[in-house]
Amino acid sequence: MENKPIVTCAGDQSLFTSLYTSLAQQLPKEPMEWRRSYGRAPKMIHLEANFVQFKEELLPKDGNRALLTFPFLHIYWTDCCDTEMYKVSVKDGMLRWQSTLRLHGSVDWLIVVVESEAKKKNKTNILPRTSIVDKIRNDFCNKQSDRCVVLSDPLKESSRSQDSWNSFLTKLRTLLLMSFTKNLGRFEDDMRTLREKRTEPGWSFCDYFMVQEELAFVFEMLQQFEDALVQYDELDALFTQYVLNFGAGDGANWLGSFCATVKRWSGLLLRRPIDMEKRELIQRGEASLLDLRSYLFSRQCTLLIFLQRPWEVTQRALELLHNCVQELRLLEVSVVQGALDCWVFLSCLEVLHRIEGCCDRAQLEANCSHTVGLWTYATEKLKSLGYLCGLVAEKGPTSEDLNRTVDLLAGLGEERPETVNSLQSPYKKLNEALSSVEAFEKHYLELSHAAMEMYRAIGRMRSSRLIGKSLAEFYMKKGDPERAEGFLDDSLRSYVAEGWSLQVTHTRKQMAECQKLLQQTEDYLQTSALLAGDANLTEEERKHFYQVILTFASQAPTVALSMAAFAQLRQMQFSPPGAVVHVGAALQLELRVRCLMPVAVQVEQLAATLHFSLEQGGARGRAGGTQRRTGQGPQGQGDGVVLFPQGSPLAGAGMGASLPPALELYEMQDRSPSDSSLNSTGVVCKNMHLLLRRHDSSASLDTPTAGALPAAVAVDDGAQMLRARDITLQPGDNSILFTAPTGEPGSYTLRQLCGSVGRVQFVQSHIYPVVQYEVYSQEPQLTIEPLSDNLLAGIPQKVKFTIATGHYSVKKGDALQLSNTDSMPILHSSCCSRALSVQSSEKVTSISLPPTPPYHTLEFQLEVLCHIPPTPFKPDIERLTNGEVRHRPKNHSQADSGMIHIDQKVSIDCPWSIYSTLISLTFYVPFKAKHSILSTVCSQQSVFCLWEMRWVKHLPLCLQCAFSASFAPVSASDAHTAFKPYRYEFQLDRTLYSLKAEILPSSGDQHCRTGALCGLEVSITRQAEPSETEGEEEESTEIEGLRTTKLMYEVVDNSSNWAVCGKSSGVVSMPVAASATHRVQMEVMPLFAGHLPFPDIKVFKYLPHSAVPAIQPDTDSCLENDTMSLLDKGLDDQGDTASIRSRGSIHSVGSGEQQRGLPMPRLEPFSPGQVFYWSQGRQVLVLPVTDDHVMEVNVT
Amino acid sequence: MAVCIAVIAKENYPLYIRSVPVQNELKFHYTVHTSLDVVEEKISAVGKAMADQRELYLGLLYPTEDYKVYGYVTNSKVKFVIVADSSNTSLRDNEIRSMFRKLHNSFTDVMCNPFYNPGDTIQSKAFDSMVSAMMVQAS
Repeated sequence: MENKPIVTCAGDQSLFTSLYTSLAQQLPKEPMEWRRSYGRAPKMIHLEANFVQFKEELLPKDGNRALLTFPFLHIYWTDCCDTEMYKVSVKDGMLRWQSTLRLHGSVDWLIVVVESEAKKKNKTNILPRTSIVDKIRNDFCNKQSDRCVVLSDPLKESSRSQDSWNSFLTKLRTLLLMSFTKNLGRFEDDMRTLREKRTEPGWSFCDYFMVQEELAFVFEMLQQFEDALVQYDELDALFTQYVLNFGAGDGANWLGSFCATVKRWSGLLLRRPIDMEKRELIQRGEASLLDLRSYLFSRQCTLLIFLQRPWEVTQRALELLHNCVQELRLLEVSVVQGALDCWVFLSCLEVLHRIEGCCDRAQLEANCSHTVGLWTYATEKLKSLGYLCGLVAEKGPTSEDLNRTVDLLAGLGEERPETVNSLQSPYKKLNEALSSVEAFEKHYLELSHAAMEMYRAIGRMRSSRLIGKSLAEFYMKKGDPERAEGFLDDSLRSYVAEGWSLQVTHTRKQMAECQKLLQQTEDYLQTSALLAGDANLTEEERKHFYQVILTFASQAPTVALSMAAFAQLRQMQFSPPGAVVHVGAALQLELRVRCLMPVAVQVEQLAATLHFSLEQGGARGRAGGTQRRTGQGPQGQGDGVVLFPQGSPLAGAGMGASLPPALELYEMQDRSPSDSSLNSTGVVCKNMHLLLRRHDSSASLDTPTAGALPAAVAVDDGAQMLRARDITLQPGDNSILFTAPTGEPGSYTLRQLCGSVGRVQFVQSHIYPVVQYEVYSQEPQLTIEPLSDNLLAGIPQKVKFTIATGHYSVKKGDALQLSNTDSMPILHSSCCSRALSVQSSEKVTSISLPPTPPYHTLEFQLEVLCHIPPTPFKPDIERLTNGEVRHRPKNHSQADSGMIHIDQKVSIDCPWSIYSTLISLTFYVPFKAKHSILSTVCSQQSVFCLWEMRWVKHLPLCLQCAFSASFAPVSASDAHTAFKPYRYEFQLDRTLYSLKAEILPSSGDQHCRTGALCGLEVSITRQAEPSETEGEEEESTEIEGLRTTKLMYEVVDNSSNWAVCGKSSGVVSMPVAASATHRVQMEVMPLFAGHLPFPDIKVFKYLPHSAVPAIQPDTDSCLENDTMSLLDKGLDDQGDTASIRSRGSIHSVGSGEQQRGLPMPRLEPFSPGQVFYWSQGRQVLVLPVTDDHVMEVNVT
Repeated sequence: MAVCIAVIAKENYPLYIRSVPVQNELKFHYTVHTSLDVVEEKISAVGKAMADQRELYLGLLYPTEDYKVYGYVTNSKVKFVIVADSSNTSLRDNEIRSMFRKLHNSFTDVMCNPFYNPGDTIQSKAFDSMVSAMMVQAS
């Protein structure tokens, strides 16, 4: 637009003409700051002007608000320098000019006085130059002296001239801007007033539009495109608001014209700066909504391109097109079906052409993201037009379709003159596309591929695939499944990978259709299976797809499909849970499967192939060794249950890939190997390597997943398999019981699961987590164990025979053959088993076994006796069955017990083996005897033997001992035969009581003194608690639950050193319990001074009268002497024997006859060793009486 | 008022998606899924360094003839998408923002539930009713 603000020139036209060129050049050189009202930001502006000759017609009349033709400034030019001249002509001219201006209310004027040296020189009668200017100022600019400027020598190249030019231009610019501000401000005010009237009836949007556009034009004229754009945006917003209000029920009359039926849909026209046709329509109020919108947008587009914002054009264009469609819908404007599609299609292409026209290729490619929306929109619209006009159908358009096409094309009108001659235009494209099926396909594919290409270039893969999918739909319509397949597959993969189940279902349905047409039986069945198990589909649809499978199942050649579509494994459970069994044992495996089919499925066979390996189970002999295995499986729970991880139910099989696997946590216990005490415990994550793997978030989209097109499944024919036949799988969870083959020892791993429905096989090629079980074979085992901790030699001992039959079945008549040995006879009398019969011959003991099936345990007990080997007896002895004694190099006697052991080997012939089994039994010799002879035994000589007896545990109260020795005269020739036995028996008693005596000086004294009474304290302490059997040997009475025995004590002094005062004997009742103590207090008086031995204290058993007399006439004279008769005393009396018998008046008990028959209590001495006298041999210091006593000194 | 509200996991699978005219469910799923392209573009446009200060609200992702799709991304890259009817012109940007904020709060509550396994689809009743309140009431 070559509009410039108008400036009129009056006065000397020739003068102006001479200056015009430099003026027009110089004016825009310097920018001026334009300060604006309403707080708008000031702008720097380069001013230009269109200088025209002043005419009165140029001045606007009242009411005419046209801004484009408005003269913003009026200039009067004069070069008058002669006062006369001024007075005669110039002043009049100026006055006329001024009055005309005033008449029209124009106050923007300027008087320019041009001075030149040449002129001055010619005139002699010149006044000083100031005077003319002063006169003019005086005459016209009464208060505005700046309205008159002087321009000196404008055509000369001098600094003075330049200065005056500058000041003139500055003035000119300032005045121009002032005029703009004032006039535009006034215009805007008027415009606003007009806008405020919009609610009044009769207000016309079109009129207002013209007014505000005028302002926009001015801004455009002033190169203020931003401001111009604002005007259009305001108009846009105002119109939009009206439409919305109309939609909300607030109708405006003037909108009626926009609601007229759309008759033309020729699209946007962006190639002209101003589409005058449309503008006139608006001016006449005849524009349709599309016309108005198109015009408005074309203006906005022009301004935006001036502003070099082409990408905003595309963005606004898309908004506009969407908006127009919405507005027409809102206003309920009737439009021919497809007309809007045409309009949108043409408009999209027009915008794209416009943008292409102002950008280079590189720019376009870099800004795909801005244009791709329009491309896609155009594609969509062309597609819907194609469908509408029957261009997609296989048979081509019908006559109805053709009529519709003609109608649509008619609405496009004539092609615009701008594009008539160009080869490609939106108009031509649409015409061509709708002309034939082939042309449509060409254009549609071209657009689709262009859009997909662009989306791919900017990384919007999903959008690209969506177009691909609609292309696939197009191809399917065209009956071209080959080309559709790729697009569908691509989309399906991405939906599966990202877990969008509805899209997956929808696309899969299309895929099924496509595969059906392509006769890809296997893929079609696989897809059908997936669809039959798809919860997003209706029951009917699922049944339909299931039926597809069944149909194929009855006729087609065998097809293998992935199990995942058909059923999901939930869990497997072994019974017994350890999953370790012996050969031939029953092992059951319960498989829980979730069947995804909509109806019950008859599965002819469900089989799991087994991978067999010898490596583990075969070599294992003992069942005990397999305990470790439970819980070894990745999901092992220790109870034989293997759980299969479940993918998200939403996404089915494909989701497993994108979701992180679940944590597999296990308890970990670290036990010390020696005593299995707990060292540490913790939790271990077993699948850490999976969890901590770096997840590439972008990769998930492109990784092919099994769900989209499962990899080909192959049925593998394993030799061994778990089989279940003719099962009915109900929808949902099912439980299937397998009996696992356990024929061979080894490790069995489940590899492949295969369900057959007719000819269709559903195969799961890997079972993860690994499910395996082990079968072991066990050799028969015989163990012999002692029943007690240790076997003792010399006495009959029980041993337990345990036979683990292993794989051997014990038949009737099978027997164990034990080789007899002299040193260890088997005592069959005490054989304590049920069905065993023991037969002994001279050499062999045969134990016949009851028939027993394999893998059972047989137990029985036998009593054996190991003879203590005869002397000489060496500690480290190992006996073989033949009695041969072997000496071991190492000492095996146990240090703590001090016992010697004998390893007795037993040779057993077992029925299952040709070899004899050698079993070693260790017997301990109950005691250890050592002796060493210090000297040769000669006649008339005493030999002393010293033994130390050691018991490990309870010491018996009384031990019967026998000492036997073999002896022979030295002269005897044959030592073996000449030895004669010597046997001496005796009894060893344990200490029962200890006796402790203490002599204390009378109170106050430090030492005992002769003739003074001293205290004698005797404490009797029980040392040992008798065992049950031993208790009977002692006489005891029960008093209030406490077992007591009665003792009698007596103080006797044989050396006449002491005089016992008061009682000297008594009976005490001792509790039969260890460390029970009884204290007795007595008084004694020392008779001599010096170190005196303690008086003798004796204790006896005090037997009640009822007891059987136990006193035997003893050969020991000492005992006989001490035996006391207490006949003369009240024996029931617990009290003291009152008589003082310092010398022990002893009645000798001559013989037992005296007592016999008499119900008298008796005294019985303790055996030697039963009483321990602590104070035996103790002495006490006795001081003599100090005063009147003669000290006897014995000198020896 | 929205016609479709979706919560999408970091890995781009739907955690929750609900739309009002049920017969158009599939179309909304396609729309929401495709909008992820723009979401990703907008996130990556911000750049790694500025990611911390990034505004969660992504604004209008793209308009279609019938719908406007708005996006919002939490710091943990969970995406919220709200689809509104284009004809619903009374819907302001601020309302959309406040809807997203509510959605985020409610989602946070879901995540705080100890029985909710992050990554699972959302089945919370509270969340559901909150979403229902933001949806166009189905006639």
